[in-house]
Amino acid sequence: MEKDKNFVVGIFDDEDVLSLAVRQIRKAGVKIHEVYSPYPVHGLDEDLGYRRSRLPIAAFLFGLLGTTLALTMQFYMMQFDWPMIIGGKNFAPIPTFIPVTFELTVLLSAFGMVGVFMITNNLKPWGQPRIFDIRSTDDKHVMAIDLAANASLGKEKIVEVLKASGATEVNNKNFED
Amino acid sequence: MAQATQYNLDQKFDFTEAIKKSVFLVGGIGLLFLILGIAAAIFGGEAHGDDGQHAYHWTHRLFANLWINNVYFTGLAIIGVFFFAIQYAASAGWSAPLVKIMISFGHWLPIAGVLMIVTFFIASHDLFHWTHSDIYDKSDSHYDSIIDGKGAFFYWPMEKGSFPIFYLLRMVLFFGFWVFFFNKLKSLSEQEDLHGGTQYWFKLRSWSAIFLVFFAVSSSVSAWDWVMSIDTHWFSTLFGWYVFASWFVAGLAALTLVTMFLKDQGYLDMVNDNHIHDLGKYVFAFSIFWTYIWFSQFLLIYYANIPEEAVYFVERLESDVYGGFIIVNLVINFFLPFLVLMTRDSKRHSVFLKLVCTLILFGHWLDFFLMVQPGTVGQDGGLGLMEVGLLLVYASAFAFVMFTNLAKGNLIAKNHPMLEESYHHHI
Repeated sequence: MEKDKNFVVGIFDDEDVLSLAVRQIRKAGVKIHEVYSPYPVHGLDEDLGYRRSRLPIAAFLFGLLGTTLALTMQFYMMQFDWPMIIGGKNFAPIPTFIPVTFELTVLLSAFGMVGVFMITNNLKPWGQPRIFDIRSTDDKHVMAIDLAANASLGKEKIVEVLKASGATEVNNKNFED
Repeated sequence: MAQATQYNLDQKFDFTEAIKKSVFLVGGIGLLFLILGIAAAIFGGEAHGDDGQHAYHWTHRLFANLWINNVYFTGLAIIGVFFFAIQYAASAGWSAPLVKIMISFGHWLPIAGVLMIVTFFIASHDLFHWTHSDIYDKSDSHYDSIIDGKGAFFYWPMEKGSFPIFYLLRMVLFFGFWVFFFNKLKSLSEQEDLHGGTQYWFKLRSWSAIFLVFFAVSSSVSAWDWVMSIDTHWFSTLFGWYVFASWFVAGLAALTLVTMFLKDQGYLDMVNDNHIHDLGKYVFAFSIFWTYIWFSQFLLIYYANIPEEAVYFVERLESDVYGGFIIVNLVINFFLPFLVLMTRDSKRHSVFLKLVCTLILFGHWLDFFLMVQPGTVGQDGGLGLMEVGLLLVYASAFAFVMFTNLAKGNLIAKNHPMLEESYHHHI
């Protein structure tokens, strides 16, 4: 069976039931593809066993890039490209570089974070996000389980586990692309 | 998820002999350093004799050190009360188990007030140039028209150069009100322990808000009075914020250290990594805030380059004695906390936090050292045995007063309406 094509989708009404279900289902050996919820459910990422986000590392590196870029740019402009004496200072007065450096650090760090977040979460403009159930933007929590990733268990077993753990509906979702 | 939480809410801090001993040991080492430092100042080293008007004497430097520590430890004490008030004014829930530690810092305030006033009476002529009467006398060769113009701020309604009644009135008033608010907040918190109910929390919130308004003004004015007036000609409009920021970071570092110390001793079982993480965030954030203020002050003066403003940094940066410490100051108080406390893990692991907080406590003392010494002892100052010794003596006295009073009351605000919320604090 091909990966990322055929899914079983469980619908949950209540966030507490969902959190508990996630733990039960993982204990039963089922690999969960992803859970979608209309609002952040506290502690869900730990229940799903996700590692901590590495977004802060990206933020730091982009910030560092901003710092370097700002200092290099100003130094080049003031020292080599168009040296000017302003207020009797040196050509390259380091303290006056700091505000611009600060701003560029923050700017690139923020842009970098947003960009990395969008790309890694398939929210890029040309990306095609997968919608397992449109009600996840309204009032339902939606749990997607990839059948290919759980080939050893079989579909009946997965549906059974989902129902036993409190899913109000269990649907199939197949993607063509 | 409702689960029964069984925490010991009646726990009391036991100021054991062993802890007392280590506090006294620090004080003893400090005293030894201080005596050695004084001896070195009396017998060794020649004076630079700056302006010829007052010959340098070793007491000069001792007085300057007393003043540094008076201002610094007053700051730690009032920041404890300030942070307590912030928690209530902001309806904070996470900090409920920590409020008793914050307010316990305030016990130093009455002592700090007495020390400050006594030091002023003994040492004002060595510390504050504006206390000399000849600079207000037009016929005298020392007449100083700039200070004469500012004289009313110290002497009103008396004659300039006589008795600084307005200045002392402010000092007494600030300490008086701070101690009053400290006692008010503390007794309300104690009554809440006894009787329970939410009405105390609402009262605490109102009193906190009133205190914060008073503190906003008084912290700024006290910074002009106690620190900025040392360099009487010079002025900076954000000096109040600068001193406050330095106090605040130091106070937060002290609070974090005391919290972790109590946890290591087996108290505060409800305080977990998340609470420590939040304290770490405060230290991290306000270290950056301090840097922002410090740099704003520096950059504007550097850029405008007006002689009467720039002299403040010329005195410090161009000096053989203080030049290096400016760099040390920035490294300890900005680069170190910024880089070390940036990651989540370092704010949750006590080793990093303990290291950074200890260094920050020293770093902000150094900040006050750089504010006070150049204007009082000039080239005769420096960081020697006397400085380290007196700092340790004050630190040990502060710790002794704080721990003694912490041991007297409950360690946990056991009827705080938000305790339950704080157990589940999770970030």
